Amino acid sequence: MSAFFIDPFVDIFSYPAFFLEVLIGGLLAGVMYSLVALGFVLIFKASGVFNFAQGAMVLFAALTLVGLIDLGAPVWLAIVATIAVMVTLAMSIEKVVLRPLVNQPAIILFMATIGISYFLDGFGQTIWGSEIKTLEVGIPKSPLMVGEVLISRFDLFAGLTAGVLVAVLAIFFQKTRVGRALRAVADDHQAAMSVGIPLRTIWVIVWSVAGIVALVAGIMWGSKLGVQFSIVLVALKALPVLILGGFTSIPGAIVGGLIIGSGEKVAEVFWGPALGGAIEDWFGYMLAMLFLLFRPQGLFGEKIIERV
Amino acid sequence: MIRKLVAAALGTALGVSALAAGTAQAADPQFIPSLVYRTGPYAPNGIPLANGFADYFAMLNARDGGIGGVPLLVEECDTAYNNDRGVECYERLKNKGPTGAAVFNPYSTGITYALIERATADKIPIVSMGYGRADASDGRVFPYVFTLPATYWAQADAMVTYIAGEEGGFDELAGKTIALVYHDSAYGKEPIATLEALAERHDFTFETFPVAHPGLEQRSTWLTIGRRLRPDWVLMWGWGVMNSTAIKEAAAVGYPMDRFIGVWWSGAEQDVQPAGADAVGYKSGTFHGAGADFPVHRDIFTYVYDRGQGATERELVGEVLYNRAMINAVLVSEAIRTAQAVYGERPLTGEEVRWGLENLNLTQEKIDDLGLAGLLSPIGLSCADHEGGGQLRIQQWDGEKWSFVSDWIEPNRDGFLRTMYEGSAAQYAAEKGIAPRDCAN
Repeated sequence: MSAFFIDPFVDIFSYPAFFLEVLIGGLLAGVMYSLVALGFVLIFKASGVFNFAQGAMVLFAALTLVGLIDLGAPVWLAIVATIAVMVTLAMSIEKVVLRPLVNQPAIILFMATIGISYFLDGFGQTIWGSEIKTLEVGIPKSPLMVGEVLISRFDLFAGLTAGVLVAVLAIFFQKTRVGRALRAVADDHQAAMSVGIPLRTIWVIVWSVAGIVALVAGIMWGSKLGVQFSIVLVALKALPVLILGGFTSIPGAIVGGLIIGSGEKVAEVFWGPALGGAIEDWFGYMLAMLFLLFRPQGLFGEKIIERV
Repeated sequence: MIRKLVAAALGTALGVSALAAGTAQAADPQFIPSLVYRTGPYAPNGIPLANGFADYFAMLNARDGGIGGVPLLVEECDTAYNNDRGVECYERLKNKGPTGAAVFNPYSTGITYALIERATADKIPIVSMGYGRADASDGRVFPYVFTLPATYWAQADAMVTYIAGEEGGFDELAGKTIALVYHDSAYGKEPIATLEALAERHDFTFETFPVAHPGLEQRSTWLTIGRRLRPDWVLMWGWGVMNSTAIKEAAAVGYPMDRFIGVWWSGAEQDVQPAGADAVGYKSGTFHGAGADFPVHRDIFTYVYDRGQGATERELVGEVLYNRAMINAVLVSEAIRTAQAVYGERPLTGEEVRWGLENLNLTQEKIDDLGLAGLLSPIGLSCADHEGGGQLRIQQWDGEKWSFVSDWIEPNRDGFLRTMYEGSAAQYAAEKGIAPRDCAN
């Protein structure tokens, strides 16, 4: 009992600088989860579809980018070309998968995204190979010492990137005509179409934006881990973030990431020994589940109102 | 490119790909199943393993017409490193060929665990070369499971011997701290009992740090190790993306790479290259050499690659994992050759190949003849000893290649590891109601 209820707090108060280091490391790790969660949110927000393929899109974007760089393209050109590939992919998904399924229940569209996921996993590796590829785009990696606290420059860069991304997406959704149309489609497909909003174009746009967000996540995770199949598994880290932050909230994805990231790191370091260690993977889900008990729509999600 | 397209498409869509090594003849080939993972999260490690295994048999077919004139028919089945699919592959392949599967090489501790009882009932040997259950070295309890040339327990023991050498002797280990970062699975937990016993024997502190699969996030582990515990040495039992992530995180908290030693599954090019310059100085255990400058590779180039039949690109021949699977193929081939001397030059059954494995004796002279001088230490198996007494070395990554930094290390088997193997195997036998074989006769 003491190992669970007393020792962790003694540790925290005995080593405040170390606690701060773990907390900051967790917050910044959470931002990396948020980068992946943002892609899920975008598509769910605009189409009510839970995109199972978001992890596969992150891998596909990273594989394409590193493949083009390996072929000799400069980094900037490879990024532009990869964005073009992701937009083309969005158009293909709209034409081949989504268009025939307009007005089908959300579960049908969800099942379709599982198919997209398997296709992208195989297609990306067929084109670019399954070997691990090193992605080097100049992100600083050496640690930074602030007093006694060690902070990763790479993670700071990731946090900055996520901040800029969220700001751009918030402006896009709130201040542009396309953004308003996206929100209208999210509320009701048929009503949006009846007032002249082109559903197909909106879907292409939102999948393209999700593809670009996947590219950003792919660059960050690919630089951290190397570009390899395991990147698709980062989607598992994004799920508790989504549950906690809400499936329809962009700020929720960020705040959810911060809470999950810091929560799991602090739990692993200070409470892990009492529970046998390696608790951070399930701890995120448990934390999200606790939030669900009090706010089923997540911290920032839209309240679910079903009229019967 | 076409080969990649075909292999990846088949592997992804069907979960299975089949490649015949050399010319598969309709009449009387020796069938050798190859459980691979060219797909899935561990594909970067599985691909060079699959290639090394395929190329050696292809070379034997091209150079010698197989073994003793019996052509070798090798068929791959993609497990994606998944236990369920491993069992499915086993069931699909075990009865193929005129005499069924000669031997299975699962390349996964989990699949090995899942197959032990099935393979024993089917009388097909499992060669878990450098993975699987360490206590399966006791051939009296595990008649169809082989752990040659060394187990994880032997690896852990050899690592501590190496550390003692670096510290100035076993006496200097007292008061030191050794941490183990391990994949939180049956595989990762294998060395813990050995290291605990060694900690007690040599009076060092032993700390464990489990990492949840797949090991994408290790920040909390490494903050604790690098910023708080600061152990004298860190050992790692990792696999796949966990390895390179650990190396990067260790570097990020300033842990010295030359005091960080991985098990042999954490010591391939795929583990260090993604970590870039951070990995320079990192060490790992191994039971074989790296590089493509050995006579056996010359034959592979001449008889396979020069004919455009190689499984991979020429420059990837000689990678650590390629060499490991190639040596695995050598051990299987030599077991078949040994058994043919008794049972005749014809396709053999699993039971007959089991006899060949138990009577395999790779002397230094034989190793030299096979073109493996410097790649492998001598091994000799028996009915009771399915490990074979292999020796181990420590290698270090210099940013471009692996080089040995220790001589061959003899694990402390007599009176220590062997006693542990037998104790654990006896417990397994009691749980399963197995009557151990009498190997005295």
